[in-house]
Amino acid sequence: MSDEQAKKKFFYLNRKAPYGTIYALESLEVVLIGAAFEQDVSLAFVDDGVFQLMDNQDAAGTGMKGFSKIYRALGDYEVRKLYVEKESLETRGLSIEDLMPITYEDENEDYAEKPSIILVGKSELAKIIADQDVVMSF
Amino acid sequence: MRFAIQINEGPYTHQASDTAYQFTKAALEKGHEIFRVFFYHDGVNNGTRYTVPPQDDRNLQKLWSELAEKYKLDLVVCIAAAQRRGILDANEAKRQGKDGDNIAPGFRISGLGQLIEAGIQADRLIVFGD
Repeated sequence: MSDEQAKKKFFYLNRKAPYGTIYALESLEVVLIGAAFEQDVSLAFVDDGVFQLMDNQDAAGTGMKGFSKIYRALGDYEVRKLYVEKESLETRGLSIEDLMPITYEDENEDYAEKPSIILVGKSELAKIIADQDVVMSF
Repeated sequence: MRFAIQINEGPYTHQASDTAYQFTKAALEKGHEIFRVFFYHDGVNNGTRYTVPPQDDRNLQKLWSELAEKYKLDLVVCIAAAQRRGILDANEAKRQGKDGDNIAPGFRISGLGQLIEAGIQADRLIVFGD
């Protein structure tokens, strides 16, 4: 079996805000460990999960360690597809401009920086999820 | 079919572990294979042998341990999640300088790589959570 055939599509569905519960942080820990297994990885952010990607986060007042910088480093782990559900943003009065600029370097185009965040509608996201091999929800 | 099970919630507060147990037991009785059961987030709290629920209630930890013994199940508790929540085996207790361990029979502590491997090896990974 070639490496290409052995690859599975891993999909991490993030549904919770970043600091109220530990799901977001521990989801990231799975993503980072999982990156070593060289699978086809994508993440999605729905419901309050979209708050995980908010720009200018400052967790200092919570007494917890801020971890929002890790999302910006995901490109270095070959994690390049971050789907954000449009409806979840709109319901919360947010737009893509409120989110961190997250990019990856495309080695096929002279390492040009490309955006990792992909805005998708609910029905489009459902189709993407249906196409995955392994879906973990957090 | 070959299943992998992920449990994201602790016992009693959430139904996740009960449902996962019932699914796992039913799948095994139907002749399916359970590649691994992976306990994550508060799910690691399913693996402490110090759980003492009222006598007229189910003892989830015991149910899992018995199922593991009967079917030689691989029950894995995530080490990073376990350390945050005070779930230790004898080795970890010694390494961290703690005065005792609490891991239940049939459970073992290991890394997140075991969850990814389960996703790769199984036909279906099923997540039980909130």
